[in-house]
Amino acid sequence: MFSRAYKTVVTLPPLLWVTVFLLVPYALMFCYSFWSVSPSQLIVHSWNLQNYKDLFQKPTYWQTLLRSMWIAARVMLFSLLLGYPLAYFLSFYAGKRKDLLYQLVIIPLWVSYLVRAYAWKTILGSDGVLNTLLQYVHLTKHPLDFLLYSPFAVVLTLTHIYTPFTILPIYAALEHIPRNLVEASHDLGATPAQTFWKVIFPLSIPGVVAGATFAFVLSLGDFLAPLLLGGPSGIMISNIVVSLFGAAFNWPLGAAISLGMLVIVVSLLFLSERLEKKWSFS
Amino acid sequence: MSAGDSNIPKSRWLLIHAAAVFAFLYLPIAVLILYSFNGQGVGGFPPHHLTLDWYRILFADRPIWDSILNSLQVAFAAMAIALTFGIPAALALDRTQFPGKALFRRLVLLPLILPGIITGLSLLMLFNAMGTKLSLMTIALGHGTALISVATTEVFAGLQKLDRAQEEASLDLGANYWQTFWRVTVPNLKLPIIGAALLIFTLSMDEIAVSFFLIGRDNTLPLEIWGRLRRGITPEINAVSTIIFIFSLVTIVVWYRLRVRAEVGTG
Repeated sequence: MFSRAYKTVVTLPPLLWVTVFLLVPYALMFCYSFWSVSPSQLIVHSWNLQNYKDLFQKPTYWQTLLRSMWIAARVMLFSLLLGYPLAYFLSFYAGKRKDLLYQLVIIPLWVSYLVRAYAWKTILGSDGVLNTLLQYVHLTKHPLDFLLYSPFAVVLTLTHIYTPFTILPIYAALEHIPRNLVEASHDLGATPAQTFWKVIFPLSIPGVVAGATFAFVLSLGDFLAPLLLGGPSGIMISNIVVSLFGAAFNWPLGAAISLGMLVIVVSLLFLSERLEKKWSFS
Repeated sequence: MSAGDSNIPKSRWLLIHAAAVFAFLYLPIAVLILYSFNGQGVGGFPPHHLTLDWYRILFADRPIWDSILNSLQVAFAAMAIALTFGIPAALALDRTQFPGKALFRRLVLLPLILPGIITGLSLLMLFNAMGTKLSLMTIALGHGTALISVATTEVFAGLQKLDRAQEEASLDLGANYWQTFWRVTVPNLKLPIIGAALLIFTLSMDEIAVSFFLIGRDNTLPLEIWGRLRRGITPEINAVSTIIFIFSLVTIVVWYRLRVRAEVGTG
């Protein structure tokens, strides 16, 4: 029913825009990653693999990349541990308050990311809310200084930020489970635990995979929470990239590291898409 | 009998867990609001000397208000770009076949899940190669491009539920595509479009990772806040965040009402 002209008009402008502002920039990043910087700080457009060699051989780079993945993995795990039971509670036990509680999960997302990270800083600092509270109730005599400027602070803050992102897809998956499947399981004599592990949980796996991917990928690339709360031991890979594009002025190496991150992210997206397909039941 | 009995403690544990998670999610927000009224600055328990001073200081703070105006401009421009290209993109994904369509879909959606640093840096390289000076414009282009994904997903979901018979009838009765688009397609997609616009607006107002790399001379609000946080903590930030939080809450309530009314209207 749609003419050729209609199809061209709806297809061409977005296609052109996306090519110029997404595809070309990614291609440019790819090119940069094979270039280098001269001693006089000019970009040298000769193609070589030195940046990738640096990435794999210099411990600062690959160790920081591994540490970032470890931080992201912990954020993912904690977000799932906090998020899954809450989503399950919302879907199966919240009754009439379901909609209200669902909104309560979303509202924190409307508070600026930056502001929430900063609020954790005011909570965790050595004369912050938590430390002064602990001293006020005489639980500690001196401020606990491991709370702020540590990987702990980064993991805590990112978990806070990405937990709602895991709750939403898990909740959506749980809501899609036909309730008569659960009833059938009960009627056929399964215990509640068996019903959960054999019926409900497997059917919610696509939501778990989507939420886990969100939490891992978004925290992997974070550079603001580490700058604000991480201290020297909480530095992540994106912080290195930021400094390479700033003071250190080595765009090509920065591009190579970004591209490494992009490869990790895109392969995870493919993997999660396959997993979601494999476990979805309709 | 046994199933019912064993369900009670289980749901109680879940309730306790849910309460704890909500406490975790809301603790920083509560601290933020509380300490925006604290005369002694940020931190220190218990808060005392409740005061409105920080709000007074905030209202006299020109750079903050300038940055809010900048952010509003960026958000409106980003909204215009994202809707202008996101709505046709959704129509294209719903109604056309072309080589590379699957790649196009992935590419459009990628910025939604990609860490902002990658989007920001790749655009920085583009603007650098084109010799474009960084400004609020480049930030708006960045936000607009990244948020096409939001417009496309929302509108595409709306199109899936749309009854094409209405558009067909309109075309059969002699309206052209342009008239059909504005008089039939858009009114039917009103809710997803408004939803996408609100979401794009708020996401742009709060965006920092992409802006971080595309910033020229003028700051957006998050970058202004960021600059101050690096210099030290001030309750003024709490005050401005509290105001924005309340503003967002009002937006959510309005949006929710709109949606409920529309659902009642159609159902």
